Amino acid sequence: MQYLEGRKYVVQAIFLTVALVFAARLFYIQVLDGSYKLAADRNTLQRIVQTPYRGLIYDRKGQILVQNTPVYDLMVVPREVKQLDTARFCQLLQLPVEEVREGLKAAKAFSRVKASPLVQNLSTPELAAIQDNLIDFPGFSVKARMARSYNTHTMAHALGYVGAITPAFLEKPRYAKYQPGEFLGITGLESYYEDQLMGRRGVQYRMVNVRGIEKGAFRGGEFDTLSVAGQDLHLSLDSELQEYAEKLMAGKRGSVVALDPKTGEILVFVSAPMFDPATLSGKGMGNRYMELLNNPERPLFNRPLMATYPPGSTFKLVNELVALQMGVVTPQTGFPCNWKLVRCTHRHEYPSNVGIAIKQSCNPYFYQVMRTAVMRGRSTNRFEDARLGLAEWRRQVMQFGLGEKLGVDMSQEKKGLIPSSDFYDKRNGYHRWNFRTVYSLSIGQGEIGITGLQMANIMATIANRGWYYTPHFVKGIGQGGPLPQFQVKHTVGVDPIHFEEIIPGMQSVVDGRGGTGNNASLLDVGISVAGKTGTVQNPHGDDHATFAAFAPAEDPKIAIVVFIENAGFGGSSAAPLASLIMEKYLRGKVAPWRHRWEEWLPGPAERFVKHH
Amino acid sequence: MNSSPARYSRSIDWITVLIYLLMVGVGWLNVYAASYSPDAPANPLSSLSFSELMAFNWFKQIVWIGAAVVLIVVLLVIESKAYDTFAFVLYGGMILLLIVTPFIARPIAGSRSWLELGPMRLQPAEFAKFVTALAVSRYMAGINLRQQNFRDQLVLAGLTLLPPLLIIAANETGQALVFGAFLLAYFREGMSPLILLILAAAGVILILALLVPKLWLVGAFTLILGGAFAFNSKLWRHHLPLSLSVWAVVIGMVFGVDFFFNNVLQPHQRKRIEVLINPSADPLGVGWNVTQSKIAIGSGGLTGKGFLQGTQTKFDFVPEQSTDFIFCTVGEEWGWLGTLVTIVLFMTLLGRIVYVAERQKSVFGRTYGYCVASIIFFHFCVNIGMTIGLAPVVGIPLPFFSYGGSSLWSFTTLLFILLAIDAYRKQDLERY
Repeated sequence: MQYLEGRKYVVQAIFLTVALVFAARLFYIQVLDGSYKLAADRNTLQRIVQTPYRGLIYDRKGQILVQNTPVYDLMVVPREVKQLDTARFCQLLQLPVEEVREGLKAAKAFSRVKASPLVQNLSTPELAAIQDNLIDFPGFSVKARMARSYNTHTMAHALGYVGAITPAFLEKPRYAKYQPGEFLGITGLESYYEDQLMGRRGVQYRMVNVRGIEKGAFRGGEFDTLSVAGQDLHLSLDSELQEYAEKLMAGKRGSVVALDPKTGEILVFVSAPMFDPATLSGKGMGNRYMELLNNPERPLFNRPLMATYPPGSTFKLVNELVALQMGVVTPQTGFPCNWKLVRCTHRHEYPSNVGIAIKQSCNPYFYQVMRTAVMRGRSTNRFEDARLGLAEWRRQVMQFGLGEKLGVDMSQEKKGLIPSSDFYDKRNGYHRWNFRTVYSLSIGQGEIGITGLQMANIMATIANRGWYYTPHFVKGIGQGGPLPQFQVKHTVGVDPIHFEEIIPGMQSVVDGRGGTGNNASLLDVGISVAGKTGTVQNPHGDDHATFAAFAPAEDPKIAIVVFIENAGFGGSSAAPLASLIMEKYLRGKVAPWRHRWEEWLPGPAERFVKHH
Repeated sequence: MNSSPARYSRSIDWITVLIYLLMVGVGWLNVYAASYSPDAPANPLSSLSFSELMAFNWFKQIVWIGAAVVLIVVLLVIESKAYDTFAFVLYGGMILLLIVTPFIARPIAGSRSWLELGPMRLQPAEFAKFVTALAVSRYMAGINLRQQNFRDQLVLAGLTLLPPLLIIAANETGQALVFGAFLLAYFREGMSPLILLILAAAGVILILALLVPKLWLVGAFTLILGGAFAFNSKLWRHHLPLSLSVWAVVIGMVFGVDFFFNNVLQPHQRKRIEVLINPSADPLGVGWNVTQSKIAIGSGGLTGKGFLQGTQTKFDFVPEQSTDFIFCTVGEEWGWLGTLVTIVLFMTLLGRIVYVAERQKSVFGRTYGYCVASIIFFHFCVNIGMTIGLAPVVGIPLPFFSYGGSSLWSFTTLLFILLAIDAYRKQDLERY
């Protein structure tokens, strides 16, 4: 039987084979495959999120603008709904039967066992009306939550709104911490300052057993965090002034931006047509949002940040400053008002210096200023000379914060466009364009695009004689100041002396006899205004009117740009509007004889968006 | 007892005893972890009465272990010749017990297989294993498998098959399958390896028939057989009838799988096999056990969550956590290192048992040793296999680890009878 003894090795080999298979399989599921660990956490960990109190928003003077009020969501757990008396239920909620049916269907599709909202944003009185009867409807419950409420009917575009997070947002890494159904700032400051306003969520990890019964804190609460309330925002916007500006802009399309040039703080921010911020909050918000979205006047369009227009004559100032800095012209340089180069605005005296040129807004003058700045004879080839010259000119112009986002604390901002040499190379072909192609830029027409905010920032820069702080809405977060990037002074690379050389011209636009901006004069109340009118040619319809100014000219406290679409000549519509706002800001009131301006509506009156 | 206790004690295989104690100790730690509740008093041993303590599985397991020690002493004290002598008597008694059990037992979890003796519940099927092992070893000692005496083989088969048939009748299929393990012991004693090969081949074919479309399987097999004939004309001449009948049997099996599956297996057994192939087939039923058990083990990682830190096993996600699924606690709390140590412990024990069996002079002792190894091995395979999704969910415990008196005592008895036989052999040697 000796040979049978060898079989002990066979038996042991079988044992070992199984042991090795097991060890390998265990190594795979325990060490290599991480999915079981995730599955284990999904099994036992329940994450309870405590949403912190969202930060409040105050205006410049400490008046509260946005606060939180409790609202209630009617939740439904489809599985627990038993024999629903639909008729009575709908009567109680005062909702159409179809809406309730749709809602229940959606809830069922989401989950049969988890609660989902059936009706959102019930106010406290609405809740009181249904709460006592809710006991007759098993499966329905009420969940309290904080929602935004507004103490102002203005600045909807600046404030933005808060809404439930959408699936598209959830996919962005910035919103990784958010859960479906949570609320967050969707636009405006609510969105830009989401992190500060949101505060920090408190998260408690609870362990649950297979029946969902709590079994205490996970690892003794080691990973739990307390919620921290959001920080309040202190805006630089002045709600009284804003309200006044919105009243003036009612029925028009366009924008008003006013800055405190010394700080870059935005004092007024109007995008017309306007709407009440409360429109995008509370029950029925979705429907109202759709109404705004489909409105042909596009009230949701944030014009001061997103509408880029050719700036028109106001841009002549930048053109002049750049040329002065390059040293190719002096304030005493005169150019003939040569209509063969470009048509001028009107017949006027010979522009023998920059002051007259600005006052008369002489197109041929600034044509020649820019030509002098661009065509420097860097190359004997005039095409190449234009290429090199435009590139240099553009570099200088862009220092004014043009052609790039300024970096305001709102995300919708557009860059605008200061066309480069490459731009024309692509459009017209290399060496297929020269100064005659780009001259429109000199008078702020053509391919150039500037936002209202950028224009206001140019005014602030001129007011400051060469520097600016990035415009911003929020001058204080919680107990602290603004974000650090708003405390950095930017200079535009133009010597202060050159600003002094053009400001008298701007003053004469407003206060000089026959100036294009005489309507904006506040000389009667002792304030000298420096400004520039503009009329932007609009191929699609009536010209747009702009007026950009700052005051007082010698010690500027406010810089403003008013832009009114399809209102024609800037001096007659935009200028008086700007002066009213400046006067109101500087004096706290408007001289009685100017009240007539307030009623004056240059825009077509039928373009009126329902406004508080 | 025919010699001094000291000499007898020296002849006991202490290495096996040590491995046994290690396994029972580690097992108890895991039973404690599986039945531990953070809500329980901090110091239960001093603050609770005995009857209150008996509500905890970990405490009951201490009692069962204590009883097992007493049992060990008794087993070693009994004149080891008695196991040889009374093997058939025990077997007869066991058969009687298995027959009457379904009539006197109360139904528990769908089967009438538990006998209640006061506070204890015993499962005769557990003890049928060592009794059958003794009986077949005794019978084996008197025959020679190699001489192919058909009558002897028939009796042996009958001895082996009678207990599992009775157990199946009591609806404890899992315990009945264990008797298949005796084939390994018979193989060592001279059973033709063909039987093992054929069974293995049958198993492979059955699994393939469930996984692969049947026509492919038939086609592939026919091609292989045809190819063999085409290249070897000798086969053609000498083995045609045999080959054809093998072919027919295989084809029959492939198509018989469905019949077996749908008509022979009970629905819950069918589910268990379906779940093995596709765990998501029944995620809240049988699939639940497999999935949750894999999650518990898989979440342990390399070093585990630490003693008493398991969440899956503690919060009842894994069913039968202290009995059949005790391995999940090992895996979750001690990680891969823990499961590896467990596997190594089993391999060491099995290797030692084979070593002890091989040094027996008597066929009885050796066969019995192999029976012990085979039974423990079968439990090891099926129990761990089911927790990691490699074997169907069959309700059999992990030897020495799982909670429960019946299982602990039956494996203790199984093992220590071998040690008693071994000790006696050594004494015999010393005497001469």
